[in-house]
Amino acid sequence: MIAEAGLALLWLAASLSLLQLVLGAAALRPANQPLLRVVRPVAVAQGLLVGLSFLCLIWVFLRTDLSVKLVVENSHSLKPWLYKFAGAWGNHEGSMLLWVTVLAVAGAGVALFERRLRQDTLIATLAAQAAIGLGFYAYILIASNPFARIFPVPIEGNGLNPLLQDPGLAFHPPTLYFGYVGISIAFSFAVGALVTRDVGPAFARAMRPWVLAAWIFLTLGITAGSYWAYYELGWGGWWFWDPVENASLMPWLAATALLHSVTVLATRAGLRAWTIMLAVVAFSMSMIGTFLVRSGILTSVHAFAVDPLRGSFILALLSFYIGGALILFGLRVRYVKEGSTFEIVSREASLVINNLFLSVILGLVFIGTLYPLVTQAMGREISVGPPYFNTAIGPIALALAAIMTIGPMLRWRRDELRALGGRVAAPALLSAAVLLLVAILVPSIGWLPLLGLAIAPGVAIASIAPLWRRNLRRTPLFLYGMVIAHLGIAVALFGMASDSAFTRETLVAAHPGQVIEAGPFNIRFLGVEPVPGPNWTAVEARLEAQRGDGPTFMLTPQARLFDSPPTPTSETSIQTLWDGQLYVAIGDGDDQGRWQLRIWWKPFVTLIWAGGALVAFGGFLSLIGRLLRERRFRREEEVPA
Amino acid sequence: MKAKNQRLILLVLALVAVAVAALLAMSAMRDQASFFYAPADVVRQGLPLDRAVRIGGMVRAGSLHRHPDGVTIDFVVGDETAATIPVTYRGITPDLFREGSGVIAEGRFQPNGAFTASEILAKHDENYMPPELTRRGMHQTDRVR
Repeated sequence: MIAEAGLALLWLAASLSLLQLVLGAAALRPANQPLLRVVRPVAVAQGLLVGLSFLCLIWVFLRTDLSVKLVVENSHSLKPWLYKFAGAWGNHEGSMLLWVTVLAVAGAGVALFERRLRQDTLIATLAAQAAIGLGFYAYILIASNPFARIFPVPIEGNGLNPLLQDPGLAFHPPTLYFGYVGISIAFSFAVGALVTRDVGPAFARAMRPWVLAAWIFLTLGITAGSYWAYYELGWGGWWFWDPVENASLMPWLAATALLHSVTVLATRAGLRAWTIMLAVVAFSMSMIGTFLVRSGILTSVHAFAVDPLRGSFILALLSFYIGGALILFGLRVRYVKEGSTFEIVSREASLVINNLFLSVILGLVFIGTLYPLVTQAMGREISVGPPYFNTAIGPIALALAAIMTIGPMLRWRRDELRALGGRVAAPALLSAAVLLLVAILVPSIGWLPLLGLAIAPGVAIASIAPLWRRNLRRTPLFLYGMVIAHLGIAVALFGMASDSAFTRETLVAAHPGQVIEAGPFNIRFLGVEPVPGPNWTAVEARLEAQRGDGPTFMLTPQARLFDSPPTPTSETSIQTLWDGQLYVAIGDGDDQGRWQLRIWWKPFVTLIWAGGALVAFGGFLSLIGRLLRERRFRREEEVPA
Repeated sequence: MKAKNQRLILLVLALVAVAVAALLAMSAMRDQASFFYAPADVVRQGLPLDRAVRIGGMVRAGSLHRHPDGVTIDFVVGDETAATIPVTYRGITPDLFREGSGVIAEGRFQPNGAFTASEILAKHDENYMPPELTRRGMHQTDRVR
């Protein structure tokens, strides 16, 4: 019953989104002015209906209703409730429904709360959003219905892939989806502004919170995903340049560029066409991010089975949206007014350079991710992995970080080169000192990690520089946001460089009782014992680690075997210390009673994710700061002094 | 500066950036992209000694041996033809690595035809089949001679 209700609600929501599109488009003609007032309520109703439909899906998962095919394929009655709940979106159909739900609910939010935009631009925005939503509704209803029933009703479900049974992962995909959806809303604003020829600071200010929010979610999602891969896959790496990781990185890169250019548009009315173009690119990347992952086109550990109908549907949707966005941009770009100008030495110019570098990195990731598809079509299998990405992207990313030391210190519109020299002296000297010190102390270090270690401290103090000699109490919140986000990049960069330069790996087959030396640690292998879990059993190794005369601590890596489906996974054990992490994974046992142990000592690796969290937190402060300031301005406008 | 000139400069900059990206990508791709070889490809095309490659196929039943150090293994990868590649790998194998299942390994060929793997790619569920292998018409249920 609940499943049918969910499906019915979904159909209703889909028809409302069609109505929203038609009414919205019609209302743009001057003769149909009265229609303007109808579109907002339709958008709100659509959000409500699809939200209810998603609740229905969560309900059938929580109840483990085995007459629903999706539940049978992805759930199990004995699964912990958190994974039943998260199982609702831990699969293709459910995740698509989540996507369109977030889109429609956010659209309802725009319809309810957006007051800055011109009325007609807002309506065009809502219509654009309905057009995006319609494609998803069609895809769900035609090719991947989450509410389909199964007959005869099986006795038990197949269970969820054990690798996905992890609290972090339960919330990783929705976080990324919030990011993708936020970008598509920013894109709807861009379409609305293009249609009504209203590309200006007001539009930029309306779009900015959405870009910021999307960017925060993407940052969090990527950071969490990286940490998940690090501790769950047991390979000691934190980024694999896997197509799925790239699919989330590309929208982030585009959103980062967009975030910086939309600021130029909002503050200085410059970079109009470029900002719109970036919105189109960011949207295309988030579409690719949404679809490429599950379409199974790419060689990826994440790719699930491919259904040809879905594959072609996805490709058609992708080309329709991206092509449509580009055509609209091409047709309308000449109506976008010229932006205000600026000098070569100015904040605007540094942001342009930031955008160019980010775009180049984006291009490199894009080529590296999709090139194998092209060669495969030409009959040659190649795979593009970390060596390509590291050599091609490493130097540019470092150069971008170096530019970050300069940009925030520049004034808008025009600045003096000589004055700038004085301001960047301190960070430049610090970087040079670290460079020399590390090069002398660790002559064997590779040049990428060396430069990373050197640039990071410079970026760190340069990012705090905008607070120099300011009244800290009266400094606006969004400035703190920028400072913290930039600081986070420096922190993460240091962590990455330190991890790749100083990691020590030890691989042994050890007898119980044996003492293993791993980097600065002495680790005593005490033995293994069986451990039962709720829906798995495990072999757990017990190790006692000590650095010098320091305190000892226990490490307990496990090799787990899940019941349904029967799948072995390896559970790493990680001890976090102030200056890094000790990381242990257990492998197979052999007939001599030895166990394979893989041990890493990773100095300052934690800074990678701490940095990512700082970046997201900075974005959050910035978002709150902007929203508060806008509210204050609006109040002042309403009550003229 | 006139707005129009500025636009032109920005456009030129953007084009330069794209060109740089393309050049970088091409050179990195030429040096770093690894090609995929099944055992039959090696027989047909000879040993690729100059670069890191990926190989893939089925782990032959009975071919898996462990060295005395406990962390190095040897196994033989075969495909639907009679061709095989002997592989050496030092490290912990992925959870689902076993005889008779599909495998993809990254590494280098030695002049004697043996393959030294630096990494064995993870496989995340037991029905998973590397797409490179499925496209060649291999399936999990296939019996490899």
